[in-house]
Parts: sequence; structure tokens; C-alpha cells
Amino acid sequence: MRRDIFQAIADPTRRAILVLIAVHAMTPNAIATHFDITRQSISKHLRILSECDLLAQKHDGREIFYALKIDRMKEIDIWLDQFRKMTEQQFQQLDDVLITLKNNKNEPTV
Amino acid sequence: MNLLFDFVADKETKTIYVTREFAAGIDLVWDAFTKAEILEKWVAPKSLKLSIKEMDFREGGRWLYAMVSGDNILGYSLAEFISINPKNSFTTRNSFADENGNSLNNQFSITTNNFKEEGWKTTVYIEKKFDDLVLLEKMATLGFKEGSAAGYANLDEYFLSITNNK
Repeated sequence: MRRDIFQAIADPTRRAILVLIAVHAMTPNAIATHFDITRQSISKHLRILSECDLLAQKHDGREIFYALKIDRMKEIDIWLDQFRKMTEQQFQQLDDVLITLKNNKNEPTV
Repeated sequence: MNLLFDFVADKETKTIYVTREFAAGIDLVWDAFTKAEILEKWVAPKSLKLSIKEMDFREGGRWLYAMVSGDNILGYSLAEFISINPKNSFTTRNSFADENGNSLNNQFSITTNNFKEEGWKTTVYIEKKFDDLVLLEKMATLGFKEGSAAGYANLDEYFLSITNNK
């Protein structure tokens, strides 16, 4: 399954995981020690990050190390996704403002 | 109510095209994009506030504003009005600035907003052309730095650092 990259960065835990593994590759257990949540939910977050194609896996014996996989084009995509989302939210706010302005205009002025 | 929102980025030409319908006539929508007291109500992301230092809406005039989080000013942005065709279109040159409106890095984007009223709604066509997509990255970072998500801010810095090193 291929996911929208915005899903990866929409969640604070996943953002924190990305920060951790950006510094150096880590096993799921090592990642889990940084969070106050179950090993199971760490796995769930790692699965989503993997589906966003943000994880590089390295096998060392029985251990799997996860590292951040990112290239220049992907960085741009992340920003574009953020910017799209930001623009969308901004204009939803404007929708509300326009409704208020229209209502005010229809009310008799004092 | 279903209002069209279309966002297309052309990386080759470093241009973003946004099309958005609004459920109001041209008079209101034009005011919403050009009057300080209305811009203050919708431009900033939810957790931030828009603080307008200067607004002089005329050709050659400028709009200097800051995003504010609590007591912290996250940074100033400047929009210089290059051309204005009332209730039709206007074009700005945008940059990150200091509090006096001096560009921080001499990187600019050019934004053209076109307005078209059709019946009960107005469609706005926005074209943003960037000198460099790095500027877009900075914009996204600024817009999303909400202070509360510490990990997120770190991630921004990380991405900026690897971008700058290339």
C-alpha cells in the first residue's frame, strides 16, 4: 500500500521517530525506549512510515535497523504537501470569515 | 457546500497553481484578500496570529506582516504590490524580511491572484512562481512551526540543514 506522505508527518510520534532515525539507524526496541507507548504501537508507526517509503531497512543478524530514507525530491514533496495542507486550511478559515461578513452585511446597520 | 480546491505544483518551472472557489461575490472576496482587518482573520494557521505592521494597498505599496505564536514573533514577511487591477487581479513580489521590510536572503516569489465572479461564487486563481524551491521549504517550515510539537521543529531544522548542505 502506498500512502500520502502527509500521513507520515501528521502524527507527532511519527515525526519524533523520523527525528531519531535521521541521526542514526535504530532497531524497533531501541526506538521504543524513547517513547512511553507500547512496542506494538511503535511497530504500527514504523509500518506506516514504511508504507510512505520513508524507511531504509538494514539487517544485522536477527536485528533490523531502521534509517531515514529521503532524497531531495522527497523533501520537496514533503514541503509541497505541507504547503497544500496549509493553503487548504487557510481557505477554510476564509470561508468562515466570508460567511460572517455576508451575515453582517445583511443585518440592518445601526 | 462543495467548493473547488485545486493545487498543482510544477517543479520544473517552480510554480504552484492554486484554484479555489468562494461562496461570495467579488466585492467581499476582493476585500478579504486586500484589507488588513480581514486578512488578520484568516491568513495565519489556527495556532498562530497574523500581526500586520504595514499595509499600503496600491501599486508600489507594500504589506509587511509577521506570524506570532504567543509572545514570539516567528518572522516577518513582505509583499510588495507590483500591479493592481481592482476586482480583477493583483501581483505581489514576496520575501522573508526583517521588521523593517528588508529582504533576508534576496530570494523572492511572485504571486498573481486572479479573481472571477460567476453567479453566487468567486473563483480565485493563484499562481506562485519561486526563484528557488528552497524558499517554499522555508515557507512551509515557518507556517508549521507551532512550538508545541518539539520533535517537529527538530525535524524542520534537520531537513533545512541537509538542504543547505547540498
